[in-house]
Amino acid sequence: MSLYSLNINGATRQVEAAPETPLLWVLRDQLELPGTKFACGVGTCGACTVLLNGVPARACMTPISTVGRKQVLTIEGLDPNGAHPLQKAWQELDVPQCGYCQSGQIMTAAALLKENPNPSDAEIDDAMAGNLCRCATYVRIRAGIHRAAEITAKQKEGT
Amino acid sequence: MKPDPDLSTPNTGPDRRSFMRQSLLGGSGLVLGFYLQPLGAADVIVKPGATAGFKPNAFIHISEQGVVTLVSKQPEIGQGIKTSLPMVIAEELEVNWKDVRIVQGDLDPAYGGQSAGGSTSTPNNYNNFLKLGATARTMLIQAAAQTWQVSVSECVAANSAVQHLHSQRSLGYGQLAAKAATLPVPAADAVQLKNPKDYKLLGTRIGGVDNLAIVTGKPLFGIDVRLPGMLYAVYEKCPAFGGKVISANLEAIKALPGVRDAFVIDGTNNLNGLMPGVAIVAETTWAAMSARRQLKVNWDEGAVVKQSWDGFVAQAQSLSKQPGSVPLRKDGDPAGAFAAAAKTVEAAYSYPFISHASFEPQNCTAWYRDGALELWAPTQNPAAGQNLVASTLGIAKEKITLHIIRSGGGFGRRLSADYIVEAAAIAQRVGAPVKLTWSREDDLRHDHYRAGGFHFLRGALDGKGQLTAWHNHFVTFANRIMRDGQSVLQPGSGASLSGDEFPGRWVANCLLEQTPMECGIPMGPWRAPGSNVFAWVFHSFIDELAHAAGRDPLEFRLELLGNKDIQSGTGERGVPYNVARMRKVLTEVAAKADWGRKKFPRGQGQGIAFHFSHRGYVAEVAEVTVTKAGELKVDRVVVVTDIGSQIVNLSGAENQVQGSVIDGLGTLMFAELDIERGRIVQRNFSDYPLLRFADAPTRIDVHFVKSDQPVTGLGEPAFPPLAPAVCNAIFAATGKRVRQLPLSRTDLSWR
Repeated sequence: MSLYSLNINGATRQVEAAPETPLLWVLRDQLELPGTKFACGVGTCGACTVLLNGVPARACMTPISTVGRKQVLTIEGLDPNGAHPLQKAWQELDVPQCGYCQSGQIMTAAALLKENPNPSDAEIDDAMAGNLCRCATYVRIRAGIHRAAEITAKQKEGT
Repeated sequence: MKPDPDLSTPNTGPDRRSFMRQSLLGGSGLVLGFYLQPLGAADVIVKPGATAGFKPNAFIHISEQGVVTLVSKQPEIGQGIKTSLPMVIAEELEVNWKDVRIVQGDLDPAYGGQSAGGSTSTPNNYNNFLKLGATARTMLIQAAAQTWQVSVSECVAANSAVQHLHSQRSLGYGQLAAKAATLPVPAADAVQLKNPKDYKLLGTRIGGVDNLAIVTGKPLFGIDVRLPGMLYAVYEKCPAFGGKVISANLEAIKALPGVRDAFVIDGTNNLNGLMPGVAIVAETTWAAMSARRQLKVNWDEGAVVKQSWDGFVAQAQSLSKQPGSVPLRKDGDPAGAFAAAAKTVEAAYSYPFISHASFEPQNCTAWYRDGALELWAPTQNPAAGQNLVASTLGIAKEKITLHIIRSGGGFGRRLSADYIVEAAAIAQRVGAPVKLTWSREDDLRHDHYRAGGFHFLRGALDGKGQLTAWHNHFVTFANRIMRDGQSVLQPGSGASLSGDEFPGRWVANCLLEQTPMECGIPMGPWRAPGSNVFAWVFHSFIDELAHAAGRDPLEFRLELLGNKDIQSGTGERGVPYNVARMRKVLTEVAAKADWGRKKFPRGQGQGIAFHFSHRGYVAEVAEVTVTKAGELKVDRVVVVTDIGSQIVNLSGAENQVQGSVIDGLGTLMFAELDIERGRIVQRNFSDYPLLRFADAPTRIDVHFVKSDQPVTGLGEPAFPPLAPAVCNAIFAATGKRVRQLPLSRTDLSWR
């Protein structure tokens, strides 16, 4: 067991864990941040997506010993009140069915919109290819990303 | 879990339990035990006896502050029932939706049936829920009329208030709650329901009540349950189904970091119950999972190791040459009709075992203390969990409390209770609350599968191209079970054909028969059981017959359906089939998709199919492009459904149809399990792929046809017609007929 000092959602959090422990389980069991989900455990589904220094990463495949001082952003840190354009769009368009994959979808989409504020369907399909939705809400997720892009553009006009 | 101000998240603290228990005792106007303010406000606990609320039944409470709390009794698995059924009450209650808070009910006899399966939650509850809301509204109006000393006929309820029409006086529901609580509850049939024309909420688009919690990552699902002092468990079962533990390196496992205990559970012979295995209990999920990698179990794998998919394929081929062992239907003179046919078409269709792959792996939290068991289960069928635990572990049902927690997908998987009884059996050995979490590999390799199957079909056409005879020999799968002291073969869920399955009842000379093959593979209901694949088989073969007859596939189907409006059920499970409703959705979908009016180049085409299941009538048209290299793209799907007189939540209904279409496509394209040596070969999404973004159709047009029929559910009926519509479109585009699932088994390339 080793002691790690992590930067999670802008705060420093200390945890004791074995070095190979995936960030996923540190978040869920030790830091009480269960928004990051376990679904495959082998990096194929995207349910556990978090941002490491703004880049989507699979928390289930990220040993805690490799996180260092990287900024970890989880769904809980995106906007706790649900006011991020993606969170707003997801509610407005009623995207979820079971909802289990949606935190991972939103985190991947958040990184996409930072890079590409107005992605096409093909660009969305490409960027989101690593995120599975078993309920198959893909059509609404695409629409949700377009809507979030609109909300962001309007917010920028307003400032 | 910590108490959360959001009532729509599962709150599993003791106060919540006392709320539910007190509600059990509730007569009219009984004081509530526990209460929370709306989202974002500070927690306010209304102490028992301190204040009254209005509680005309187990599902509705109105506080004196005007907060309306509705209990959602059905399990939420992604079908949207936690939003839609409370909407039914709210409509009749004349309450503003923004004033409503929803709490998930526990398993409780006060609520009646609570199983979410077979798209039954809506039809089983819709009319009662209208009456519940109307009853409360009636009492609130009476309370207002008494307060003002006027006649009830002068008062109307709207927007969470009662208004006196002449004087324009108004009292909010909160202001009326205390008085309403003193009034006798009128008989359900004495209250007046609204005219559906006046509905303000039903049929509109309402977002899921848990959406905010979902998009902000709040603890919401079974796997998120957290209790003080909780331990974490994993459970290893034999990879070959039904295998028993001979020995395991338990002492070595117990010595690993973070491990608290490791032990063998003997289990039972019930393939859908508590199977033998080894439990590891640890301080974190990861400690348990890590320790499991060191686990060495010596298994007695039993005779199931002789079973393989290839073996079943060969057995089915051989059985197809004999008459079926179970006759299902014989009408007219099939042999004579085939002998007299102008043309006979023969084809064999087959499909593999598939998994539910619900996204949240199976899990359950259990706490056994003082001879009583408390369960937190993401389940579709909480009563089944309670019953299986009671019968397997010998705990009286009254001693088992079950909290229904939101499920990360169901698809029928969580109608089974194996993971619940496993958690309970582990908790019995551990003096602390314990959460059992399955890995994805556990989930894929220990599912209760949708059975594979083989259909050997023949159809006869006369000189005018009319279908004169239909013969299907269905070779299917069954488990050997003991029933009433007898060893019997029981076909898997959805793995038995009804003698009334379309086109049985419609073809004058019809022979339906089936032969079950014994297997040791656990099977269970999978979204639209039976229908999810029968529709593909029958509507693909009907398409073959239409083309063989040189006729338009729509026109051929309309002729087959005929002019009778109702086709009575005849078989044991037969139900009347409303042919008029099916003709309507079929002609509507053809019109919306411009069937027969569009010209497609080679490599593109349209396909059509319809299916009746779960009280829903659905027809679909798919438009596809198949590249010369054989790559499929579904460009558009048009869906027309008739699920009765009222759509409850338009947003949720459309979401279910869109999801069914894409789930149908993913299942068609990819879903396949292989069986070798009595076990599943696949392990994870790397070798059991699910559909990803790029394969999702670009456009799905969803249309609802309203009929004067009872309102029904939509979790399943839009799924079955998708696969045949797509395969029939593939045929139109390429001339290639898909007779084996998944699609990846068929070369679709063309020149």
